[in-house]
Amino acid sequence: MSKQSNPVDRLWDFFCSLKLTITILILLATTSIIGTVIQQNLSPQEYMQKLGMSESTYNLFNSLQFFDMYHSYWFLSLLGLFAVNLICCSIKRFPHVWKTVREPVLVADDGLFKTFSNLDEVVADGSMESVREKVTVLLSKKFTAPVITEQDGKIHFFSQKAAYARFGVYVTHLSILIIFVGAMIGNVWGFKAFVNIVEGTFVDSIWGRSDSQTPIPLGFEVHCEDFEVTFYEDGRRPKDYVSKLVVKENGQEVLRKTIEVNDPLQYKGLTFYQASYGQSGDPVFRFRVQERATGETVEVVGRQGKHLPLPGGAALIPMGYASNYQSFGPAAQVNIDVGDHQHGNPFIVLQQFANFDEKRGGAYIVTLLEAEQDYYTGLSVTKDPGVWVVWIGCFLMVFGSLTAFFLSHRRIWVTLQPLERGIGVKVGGVAHRNQPAFSLFFDELIKDFNDTLVEK
Amino acid sequence: MTSSLLFNVTTIAYFAAMVIFILYLASKGSKVALVATVACWIGFAANTAAIGMRWYEAYALGFEQAPLSNLYESVVFFAWSILLIYLIFDVRYKHRAVGAFVIPFAFFGMIWAQWSLDATIQPLVPALQSNWLTYHVITCFIGYAGFAVACGVSTMYLIKIGKEERAAEGSPIGGILGMFPSAKVLDDLNYKAIMLGFPMLTLGIITGAAWANYAWGTYWSWDPKETWSLIVWFIYAAFLHARFTRGWVGRRAAWLSIIGFAATIFCYLGVNLVLSGLHSYGAA
Repeated sequence: MSKQSNPVDRLWDFFCSLKLTITILILLATTSIIGTVIQQNLSPQEYMQKLGMSESTYNLFNSLQFFDMYHSYWFLSLLGLFAVNLICCSIKRFPHVWKTVREPVLVADDGLFKTFSNLDEVVADGSMESVREKVTVLLSKKFTAPVITEQDGKIHFFSQKAAYARFGVYVTHLSILIIFVGAMIGNVWGFKAFVNIVEGTFVDSIWGRSDSQTPIPLGFEVHCEDFEVTFYEDGRRPKDYVSKLVVKENGQEVLRKTIEVNDPLQYKGLTFYQASYGQSGDPVFRFRVQERATGETVEVVGRQGKHLPLPGGAALIPMGYASNYQSFGPAAQVNIDVGDHQHGNPFIVLQQFANFDEKRGGAYIVTLLEAEQDYYTGLSVTKDPGVWVVWIGCFLMVFGSLTAFFLSHRRIWVTLQPLERGIGVKVGGVAHRNQPAFSLFFDELIKDFNDTLVEK
Repeated sequence: MTSSLLFNVTTIAYFAAMVIFILYLASKGSKVALVATVACWIGFAANTAAIGMRWYEAYALGFEQAPLSNLYESVVFFAWSILLIYLIFDVRYKHRAVGAFVIPFAFFGMIWAQWSLDATIQPLVPALQSNWLTYHVITCFIGYAGFAVACGVSTMYLIKIGKEERAAEGSPIGGILGMFPSAKVLDDLNYKAIMLGFPMLTLGIITGAAWANYAWGTYWSWDPKETWSLIVWFIYAAFLHARFTRGWVGRRAAWLSIIGFAATIFCYLGVNLVLSGLHSYGAA
C-alpha cells in the first residue's frame, strides 16, 4: 500500500475495504441482538409496568431508539453504509474481473507460466503442424476448443470454462441492493392494515396499522358470507378456520374465494389474509320448553335479553351464555317472567344434559337445544408493490451465490515451441475455485498429452 | 417396527460411532475408524427409516403432515442432516478424525430429544399447514448441519494450529494431534462446509420470507427468530469475506465459524426457549 495524501482517495479506499465489510457485518450481527431481547414497539406504560423498566432506563433506551431499533436512524445508517461499501467494492473490483473474462490473456509468457499452480512440460514428436492439430483436438475433446495465437515462431493455445462463474459474487452483491430497493418501495408505497367483518356483512374500508384512526377506503366491497372454525378432537386446538369472501364492485360480484390461513385472497394490489376470528354480539338461542302442568311443548328462538313467549302467558328470558360451563359444555343462563313482569331466580340449562332442568321442579322445563354464535373474521390486509422486487433480489441471491460457490473459472494455456529434441509443449492451468478437483483433472490431461503426443 | 424403536437404534449407533472415533484418535488404527464409519452409516440408515416411519405413523393417525412439525421432530431431523453432511464429507475427503468432533452434535441432539422432548405426534395448527414448512425446514437444517460440521472442524483447527506453529518446521506432530488433518486442510474443510451451509441458510431464510409473505402478508417482520437467522447470516457472510482479508485468515476465521454455530444454536433453540415470537414449534 502506498501512502495516500489525497483525502478523497483515502475515503474511497476506506469505503472499498473488506475490513470495513467485516466490521459492518459484525456490527449488524451484534446490534441486531438488541431488538430480539427488548420487545419492540410497546407503549411506554408496557415497558415500565409490564417489563419493570425504570423511568431512567426507559428514557435512555428511548433516546437510543432501542424500542424500534430496526427502523432507527443508526441501524438504517449502518445498513446504508453496508450498501455503500458493497457498491464501492464492486465498482473497484468489477472492471478487472470483466477484463479477465472478456479480454483473456491469450499468450502466456514464461513469467505467467511461473504463477500457475498446475504446470507441466511434454516433449512431443512430429512437426509443429501435426502437434498443433493434436493439441487442438485434445483440448476440444477434454476441455473446450482453444483460441490459437501464433507469435514469434511459437503457437499459443488458450481454453477456458465457466468464465461467468466470476460474476456470481457480483450478482449476489447486486441482489442485496435490489432487496434493499424492494424493501424501500414497500415502505414508501405500501401499507399494512386490518379489518374485521362479521359473518353476513361487508366492509368497504380498512384500518391502517400505524394510523388506526382514519379508515382507508377500498373502492370495492368485501363481503364475508360465512365463517367457520373447526377444532381437533381435543376441542382446544383449532384445525382450520375459513372465511367465504366475495368481492363486489358497483354491486357486481367480481371475485369469490374461500380463504384460510396460508391461502389469502388478492384483488387490485391488496392481499387479504385470514389472521384471526372472534365472536360477535350475543348468540341466538333455541330452547324447548315444556309446561309441567299441561305437558304442552314449544320451541322458542331469540337473542339474549328478549322475552320469548311461553304457553300460559309467561316468557323465557335468556340472560347469558357460556360455551363451556364448568366443563359441562354449552350453557345458557335464563329466567322466567310469569306474566307480571316479576323475574324469577335465574337458573342454568345445559345443552348436553337435556333433562337436567326437570329436577329444578319449576312450572316449565327448559332445555337448551342450540346456541348459535355469530363470528367475525379478522383479516390483515397488505399492499406491498415492492415485494416482487424483493423476490427478484432473492432469486438473484440464490442464483448468484450458487454460481459463486460451486462453479469454478478454469483456464488452460498451452505453448508449442520447437526444440532440438522435438516440440516443447508447455501446459499450465488455473482454477479460481476447487483447486484439488482441478489438479486431478489437470494430471489426467497431462497423461492424455503424453499418450497422444509422445510416440512410444 | 415403530419409529421410536428405530430412533433408539439411531441414538445407540451415534453413541457407538462417537466413542469409536475417540478410540480411533487414541489407537490410530484405520480399522477402528472404519468401524466408526460403519456405525455412522447404520445410524444414518436407522435415522432415515425412523423419520419415514414417523411420517407414516402420522398419516395413519389422519394427519397429513411431514415429520417436521415440533421440536422433537426437528431435533431428530437436525441429527439426520448433520450425518448427511458429515457422510458427504467423509466420502469425498476421508478425514476420519473429523468424526470425533462432529458426531457428538448428532448424538447429543438425539439423546436430548429422546430423554426430555415430547415425542407425541400432534396435528399442525393452521399457521403451519403449508408445503412451505417442508421446504423451509429442510433448507434451514441442511444449512445448520453444514455449520455444525464447520464448527467441529474449526475446533480441531484451533487445537492443531498452535501445535503446528510451535513444532519445529518439518518435524511431524505426534500423539492424538498427529491424527488430525493439517491445519491447512482443516481450514479448507471449514470453508467447504460453510460454502455448503451458507447458500442453504440463504435459501432457508428466503423460503421463510416467502412463506411469511404468503401466510401473514409480510416477508420480514423482525421477529426474534427472523432476526437471529439474519444474525447467523451476517456472521457467516463476515467469515466468507474474512478469508480474503489480511489479518482475518486462520484463527479469527475459525473463531467466526464457532461463534456462527453458537448463534445458529441460539437461533434454533435459544429463541424458542428464551425469547418469544412466531416460531413456537406448535408448542403454544
